[in-house]
Formats: sequence, C-alpha cells, structure tokens
Amino acid sequence: MTATTSARNAALAGVLQRQGAAVVLVLGIGLAWISFPRFGSADNLRDLALQSSFLAVIALGMTFVIISGGIDLSVGSNYALGGVLAAYGAQYGLLVAILLPLAVCSLIGLVNGLLIARTGMAPFIVTLASLLFARGLLLALTSEGATTYKVDGGSALLWLGQGTIFGVGVPVYLALILFGFGSVLLRRTRFGQSLFAIGGAEQSSLLMGLPVARTKIAIYTLSGALAGFAGILTAAYLQSGVTVIGVGTELDAISVVVIGGTLLTGGAGTVIGTLVGVLLRTLIQNVINQIGTLDSNYQTVVSGAFLLIVVVIQRLLARSRN
Amino acid sequence: MSSVTLTRNRAWLQEYGVYLAVAVLVLFNVVFTENFLSAANFRTQLVQAAPVCVVALGMALVIGTEGIDLSVGSVMSVAAALIPLYLGAGPLTAVIVAVIAGLVSGLFSGFLVAHLGIQPIIATLALLVGGRGIALVIAHGQLVQLHNPDFLALGTGDVLGVPIMVLVAGVLAVLTGFLVQRTTFGRQLVAIGGNRAASTLAGLPVKRVLVGVYVISGALAAVAGILATARLGASDPNDLGLLMELSAITAVVVGGTPLTGGRVRVLGTVFGALLMQLVNATLIKHDLPASAAQMVQAAIIVAAVYVARERSSR
Amino acid sequence: MTTVVTTTAPVLEVAGVTKRFPGTLALDDVSFALRPGEVHALVGENGAGKSTLIKVLTGVYQADEGEVRHLGEPVTFKRPIEAQQAGISTIYQEVNLVPLMSIASNVFLGREPRTRAGLVDWSTMNSQARELLAGYGIHDDVRRPLHTLGVGAQQMVALARAVSTDAKVVIMDEPTSSLEPREVETLFEVLNRLHASGIAIVYVSHRMDELYRVCDSVTVLRDGRVVHSGPLAGLPRIELVSLMLGREIRQIREEGVTAFGEEHEVEKEPLLKAENLSGARRLHDVSVSIRPGEVVGLAGLLGSGRSETARAIVGAFPLDGGSVLLAGKPLKRGRIAAAVRAGIALLAEDRKADGIIPNLSVRENIVLAALPRLSPFGLIRKSKQDQIVRIFMERLRIKAASPDQKVSELSGGNQQKVLLARWLATGPKILLLDEPTRGIDVGAKAEVQALIDELAQEGLGVLLISSELEELIDGADRVVVLRDGGVVGELSGDAITEENVLAAIAAEGDNDV
Repeated sequence: MTATTSARNAALAGVLQRQGAAVVLVLGIGLAWISFPRFGSADNLRDLALQSSFLAVIALGMTFVIISGGIDLSVGSNYALGGVLAAYGAQYGLLVAILLPLAVCSLIGLVNGLLIARTGMAPFIVTLASLLFARGLLLALTSEGATTYKVDGGSALLWLGQGTIFGVGVPVYLALILFGFGSVLLRRTRFGQSLFAIGGAEQSSLLMGLPVARTKIAIYTLSGALAGFAGILTAAYLQSGVTVIGVGTELDAISVVVIGGTLLTGGAGTVIGTLVGVLLRTLIQNVINQIGTLDSNYQTVVSGAFLLIVVVIQRLLARSRN
Repeated sequence: MSSVTLTRNRAWLQEYGVYLAVAVLVLFNVVFTENFLSAANFRTQLVQAAPVCVVALGMALVIGTEGIDLSVGSVMSVAAALIPLYLGAGPLTAVIVAVIAGLVSGLFSGFLVAHLGIQPIIATLALLVGGRGIALVIAHGQLVQLHNPDFLALGTGDVLGVPIMVLVAGVLAVLTGFLVQRTTFGRQLVAIGGNRAASTLAGLPVKRVLVGVYVISGALAAVAGILATARLGASDPNDLGLLMELSAITAVVVGGTPLTGGRVRVLGTVFGALLMQLVNATLIKHDLPASAAQMVQAAIIVAAVYVARERSSR
Repeated sequence: MTTVVTTTAPVLEVAGVTKRFPGTLALDDVSFALRPGEVHALVGENGAGKSTLIKVLTGVYQADEGEVRHLGEPVTFKRPIEAQQAGISTIYQEVNLVPLMSIASNVFLGREPRTRAGLVDWSTMNSQARELLAGYGIHDDVRRPLHTLGVGAQQMVALARAVSTDAKVVIMDEPTSSLEPREVETLFEVLNRLHASGIAIVYVSHRMDELYRVCDSVTVLRDGRVVHSGPLAGLPRIELVSLMLGREIRQIREEGVTAFGEEHEVEKEPLLKAENLSGARRLHDVSVSIRPGEVVGLAGLLGSGRSETARAIVGAFPLDGGSVLLAGKPLKRGRIAAAVRAGIALLAEDRKADGIIPNLSVRENIVLAALPRLSPFGLIRKSKQDQIVRIFMERLRIKAASPDQKVSELSGGNQQKVLLARWLATGPKILLLDEPTRGIDVGAKAEVQALIDELAQEGLGVLLISSELEELIDGADRVVVLRDGGVVGELSGDAITEENVLAAIAAEGDNDV
C-alpha cells in the first residue's frame, strides 16, 4: 500500500467516524419510510421529534461534560427532580415553575463541579453520589414517591410541553434553540475552546494558564441546569411531576453522545453528533414499535446491541487511522 | 495541628475508616435499637448483605484494573431468568447453567475491553442495557414462583447454624482475598491497575488478566443472582439486581479500593457492603424514610472518596 | 552575541529559595538574578534542581523558604497563570500543547481574537497564526491538528505561542532537544530578536556549543545548590563541566566525564538482529544488530526514532515491516511477553509512565517481570522473592527503608535502579536502555554507567540510547545514528567522537524543504 492510498484511507476513516452516525440515520429513516407505511405519517414524525427532545436537552449538557473530559451520572435523577419541582411550583405561577427547578438542579450541578474541580475527586464517583442524593431529595419532597404533583389544567406551564407551533411540539423548538446556542458556545467561544483543551490535555491547559477549575464548575452547573430544564418540559408534557422517571437516563445520554461521535476520553466532539445520536435512538425504538409483533423487551436488546456495534466500529476506525 | 499530623490522620482514616464506621454503627444500634443484639437480627443483616457482598467482590477486582462493570445487575437478571428453565433437571444443573451465563457475559465484556480496547464503562453499559432485555425475552417478562426445596434451601437454609448465603459469601471473600494476595494473577492484576503501560512492557499477560477479571465478575454476579433468587423464592428478572451496580460500586469505594486501580481491598469491600447494609437497616428501624437512606449513602460515598483522594504535590 | 552589560535592576530574582519534597531537598538556599535583555544560562546535571527552580519561578510550585522577586517586589505565584500574567513565559522540554486541537487554536488558546459580538474570530485567528508561524519556518495549514506536525515543529509552535504573549521573561527548558539544525538556527534568530527588544531569557541546556554561542551569563546548580554564577565569557568549558559534575578538572581530563571506560570483549556473531524495521511513519527501514558483550549506542535528536526502534525490538511498537531475530530465531511481532521470555529487556525512557508501579513496594516492582518464574503453579512464594530482592538491592545499592517501602517514595536514581533490578532479575541476554541516566543524581548516574560496563563484560548485549553525547562516546563500542526514523550512519571504535556523531546527525538528507 502506497503512502497516498493509506493516507486517503485514514482520511476516509476519519470522515466515517465523524459523519457515520448521520449516514446511518439517513439510511435508517429511508428504510423505515419504505418498510412501514405508518412511519412516514406526519403524526409519527412529529411524535418522533417530540419524544427525542427531552433526552436531547439532557444529552446536550452531557456532551459538554464529556468533551471536557468528565462525566455526569447525576443527570437522570436531576431530571426527575426538575420535573417534580416544576409540577410543584406550577401552583405558584409560571415563574416559580421554571425558576425553582432551574435553581435547584443548577445548584446540584454546582456542587458537583465544586467537588470535582476543587478536591480532585473523580467525576464518576462525585456524580454517582449526586445521583443518589438527588433521587433521595426527590423522594423526600414527594412523601417517598407517593405524591405526584399535578399541574393544573389552566396553568401557563403546560404550553411549554403540550403546545404546538405549526403542529410541531414546543419542546422540539426549545431543544433546537438550545442546540443552536450550544453549537455556538462550543465552536465560537473561548469557553468552548477551553473545553476541548481541558478534555484533550488537562495538564497542558493548566500550564497554559487556562481557568480549568472555573470552567469545570461552569460545565457541571450547566449540565445540571439543562437536566432541570428537560424536567420542566417533561412535567409540562405529562402534566404532572412523575417520580419514577429518569432512572438510567444518564446512561441513555452517554450512549447517544458516544454514538454521535464524541470521544468518551474527551477533547473532541460535536453538538450535532449528539442530536443525530438521539434521533437514531428514537428511530430504533419507533421501528420496533412499528413492527408490533416483537416483544417490547427487544427494544432494550437492540439498543444495547446498537450501542455496541457503533462503539466497536468507531474503535476499529480509530485503530486503522493510527 | 501541624500538616504532617493531619496527613497521618487522614492516612489512618483511609486505611481503617470503614472498620471504624461499622464499629460505630454497630455500637449505635446496640444502644439505640431494640433487638439489635439478637441472633435473628444478626442473621438477617448478614443474609441481606450477602448478595451485594458477592457482587462487590467481583467489582473490586475489576476496579482494581482501573475498569468498571456496570453489567452486574443485568447478569443477575439473566441468571434469575435461566433458573426456572433448568430447575427441572435439578438444582445443580440450574446453578451451573446460570454461572456459565455469567462467565459468558464476562468473557464478552472482557473481550471488548481487553482485545478491542473499548472503554469499560461503555462496553459494560451496552451489556447493562441489552442484558436485562435478553433476560426478559428469555423469561417472557414473567415472574415465576419456584418450588424446588433443594434450590430454595440455598436462600433459606443453614449449615451448622450459619445461613448458606452468608457461608457462600464468606468463602468467596476468603478465596478472593487469597487470589489477590497470594497468586500471580492477583499480583499482576494489581500491577496492571497501577500502571498498565509498565506492566505491558514488563511482559505481563495484560489481556488475559483483564478478560479474567471480567469473567470472575460475571460469574460472581451470577452467583449473587442465584442466591437472591433462592431467597426470594421466585425468579424475577424484571426487578432483580436493579441498580445493583451502584450498590456494588459504593461498597467497593467505601471499603477503600481506589477507582483509579492498583489496589484491591477485599476485607474493606466486605465491610463496605456491611456498612451500607447497616446504614439502610438503621434508618429503617428508626423509621427514617428511603429518601434519607439515599442521601446518607451519598454523603458516605463522598466522605469515603474525599478521605482517600490523592493530593497533588504543591 | 554582544553582551548588554547592565547594572539595571533585575527583572526576576530568587533569594534564598528552598524547596523540599518527601525524600529530597530539591533546592537549597538558591539565589539567582535575571536582568532585562540578558540571556542567562542555567546549567546542571539531571537532578541538580533546574526544573524545580523553573517551576518555582513559574508558579507551578511554591518555595518553602526564601523569596521570588519580580521587578524588585516580592511575589508568590500560586498558579502558572499568575506568572504568565506577570509576563513570564515558559517553553518546556515536552511540548505542553493540545494535540487534538488545531495549530492556530494552540497558538492562541486562552487569548483567541474575538469579533465585536464576542465570538471567536476564526479567520483573523488563522491568518494571524499563519503569519506568526511563517516567521518560525512553519508553513503548514494552521487549521490542521497539532499532532500532524513533527515534534520539532510542535516545539516551534510552543515557542511562537510563548513569545507572542507580551512576555518580559522567556524561560526555555532544553529548547533544542527536538529541533533540526535548521530549526535551531531559527531559534537563535528568535533569541536575537527577543534580546534586542530587552526581553530577558533563561536558557536551560547542557549543550556547551549553544550555551557559549548564545548566553551572556551562567548559573550552575549542583545537588540543589548554586555553585557558580557569573559571566560566561572567560569561563573555560572544562571548568564549567567540572563545576557541573563536582569533579576536579584534572580528574575529568584523565578519566573523562562519565564512569564508562572499560574495554569489553565483543563476540563476533550478533545475538540480536533487527532488520528493516518500518512502521507508523516513524521508522523507515532501520536495521540494528547487537553482539554479546557489545554496547551499541543509538544517537539522534528527539523524534529521530531511537525509542521507537527499542520498543520495536521488544514488540511494543506497531511495525508494518521488518523482523527481529534473536539467536537466529524470529520473534513474533507485537508479542512483548514472548520477547521478555526469550531474554530481551527494555528499560523505557519515562520511568514514571512506563516503569514503576507507584503504589507497589520495591520488592513487588523488582519481581514483576520475573513472576512467572518465581511462582510455581501461579502461587506466590515469598521466600524465593526475598532472595532475589536481597541480591539485587545489594548489588545495585538500592537505598530504601526496606524492600516493602512504596517505590514512589524513592529518589529518581533509586527508582531507576529498581527498574534495572526488575530486568536483571529476568536474566536477560539483551538489554535495551532508553535514557537510563536521565533525571537521576550524579552519584547514581555514575553507578548506573559502571553497571552497564559490568553487564557488557558479563556478556550481555546492550543497546544504549542517550541524549548525552559523552555517554555514547565513552560507553559505546559502536554508534548507530538515526535521523527522521532512518539510519544515516554508523561509527565504530576510535571514530566515535563528538564531532563525528554531530556531523552524522546534521548531515543533509534528501528531505529538505
């Protein structure tokens, strides 16, 4: 193999790794459209978009955290907590319904960030503890899970989750707006640059004088805030603060971020990749539903297998580039 | 207090903290909880701690190599799903099949991590997600009551006054300790977790050892699933082992085994499992709700890791 | 370089600085002054305290005693950013940039030019970076990731970055260790520019030629103490060396700078033959052979492929082509364990990353590679281990409280000896040593050099990689010179001189741009 062909192969592998998920998504949508008559219906597509938006918001925060070299296992519990607080706060008006969960969930993220940045404890274990703490807090606020706060039918909050614009759900727009901001933040700000630097070479970043601690604290706070926001949207959508949601959601978020091409080791990744990852996940679930005759448990098996296949392919591609 | 004394105190806490915590908690309960000192209560506490302890032993080995095994709960679920299918051929067959399932799962995880170089968190995450699904497909989502007396004895029976579950956990703990301290495999495991690059250059069979720890973790998770199912008297793949990975990781971390690898504290892990069990039991006995239990658990984890953190030189 | 003789106030000063680490006194009452426009050499053997001093100056460490003064005022830099903001810029020996990010991003990290909306202005950043780097001889597309550049070019990017912040003091730690001769000239041009604009430079290097060409004054550190400080002109080289080593000039003249010197009996037939090693665009058709009793030196710049060659021989480097034969039998590619069993041992360059298992004891570190042989049926036999450990701790004079002490608590020199013991315990036939005396104190250095001689005399074949030319000149029977991953020359016997080695390294290749 000549030098040029091997260089070209390496470049191709790089493109595949980055855009592979998008290609699979397009192919997948195409196949599903052809195979399942109900798939292409406007209702189904709108539903797909809506279902994706909640996890997408959570995964956005996770994308930033992972790019900076960390991980946030608390987002699932934080998300559920946000939903409960939003439903609870709705009785006091829209402002409370939004600010209360944002404040509390950001605070939890802030504590994560402080512990990680200032004491050198591993993000895995700190956010694991937060996962337990936030879930415990949620139980405490809802009489051990017995109370499900209902959002009043006339509440302004409901529009955030159940409203539609041109027939498409409001959460979809909100998610897209957040992703837009997120993309700009990542690729066009000094803050975004420092995320890549810290994730790619933390020691060098320190020596170069980057504000590593401050950046880490900010990113975990943001992750908490986004999880809380997703909770607000869910509470609005379900019209209640469901206490049992969010279990394992952090793992779903990690899955879609990884499928989207962001390196788990940090230092590289995109926001759009995460969006693709979320859509792929929803697509798989939807397709299994469309098949109808399959045991719904196959959904998880396929999800797990899909994650595995994607990760293995990414790994093989990375190897071939070296 | 001079800074040197503080470091020494912290080092002591790091080493013996978990034992101290268990002792303090036992003492507290002896004084404030009725019937704590009864044989029946001791029995209950130990039996309830046994499954977590067994899983945590495997988890400790994996963490010792700087890895993690998130699939343990799903392996328990698969074990539970398989048992009723083979119980007809006798309890021994059912147990063997379940353990083999655990071994195979571990082999798969180990292959992904060691030979394909996939991060342990992602590899075992995929198994966590897919594994329970497989278990539910095998069991058609059903909960099955079990009636085989020999099998159920695993969960409820005694040998010389000691519950079989506790015996199994105890024997496994001793074997794990022996493995870590007195076998080449164990010492190599610890070295690999301490510095993988150096161990590779020193000619250690890194891939073989890594696959080995995941296989052991899978097998131990299967054993825990068998014991828990026997005690429950039913195969419940839906709920068995749910969030078990969190409990196991907690026990390991609280017991003083660092997440960064390079050291495995078997006795610490056993006491870590005991501590978390006692915390739960204490809170329940004093009518404190589950929410409090979780928040206390979170605080304990943070405290344990805070004490154990490495200080960078300044 | 003309000296700007100044009696002006120092821009940066340390006074009576002491710094302790567990087990070592790194700096002992060190005082040092740097004036504007001065190019001040900081020299000393490895382990003398140079990098510690630099880290104190740049806020990575804080002194335990003494003062650091900036423009006359006492300061304490608690973090690197504070030193940078005070105008002190550092270039380290290892490139401390972010490989995955683009070249331009690395140059401007933390100070990216922004549009009026506050967003990063990519086009301005890229064009500014392009212009800046052109002045450093780098014409690559600045949007490509940093890791696509060679090590030398990456170092130039680091230099460009350091200089482009409004630095008043630039500290350079072994700046030429990865640079081609052409790049070295560029570096000196940059130094001239800086010097002319009144910027003070601390220049750390052990390359005499460079020091005498570029520096005005010198401070010599030895074992953490300042043993000399003053102008460089008028200080004979041999006196400078004598100050660095702490040996009499007469001694050095007679015995040479290193502890090498014994004659080895070399057998005729090579024991190890590495042929046509190629791989990963870092090695191109490298062939090396080693005979029993022979010390083969590998010379070349950083990035020339020396470490890669050694790693390839033991199977730790991905090869596309070539083979390694031990006693005529080919070794399977990539099988490190098999190579170790066959008798090849590699002492890696970075003992922290690739050598010691920090939390394990001295004993466990020593027996690590020999475990399979010491443990029948996979069970540890402590008595067997104790014996081996005792033998080697004595022979290598490893200083530790006990064999059970954590190896991370030992000094660099003793850690290196532990690693040597690890390999000797496997009874190797071929010993590959990658910078065996780097970062250890003078005493341990001499011991290791003498040991290498002994081992060669006992019939081991040794491959010696060292960036200190004196070690190769004194210690090697044959020197193979590498450049850009290929062999460019071989010297034997009396032809091994500093001039000849440097000439071979610098020889014009066919890859000039």
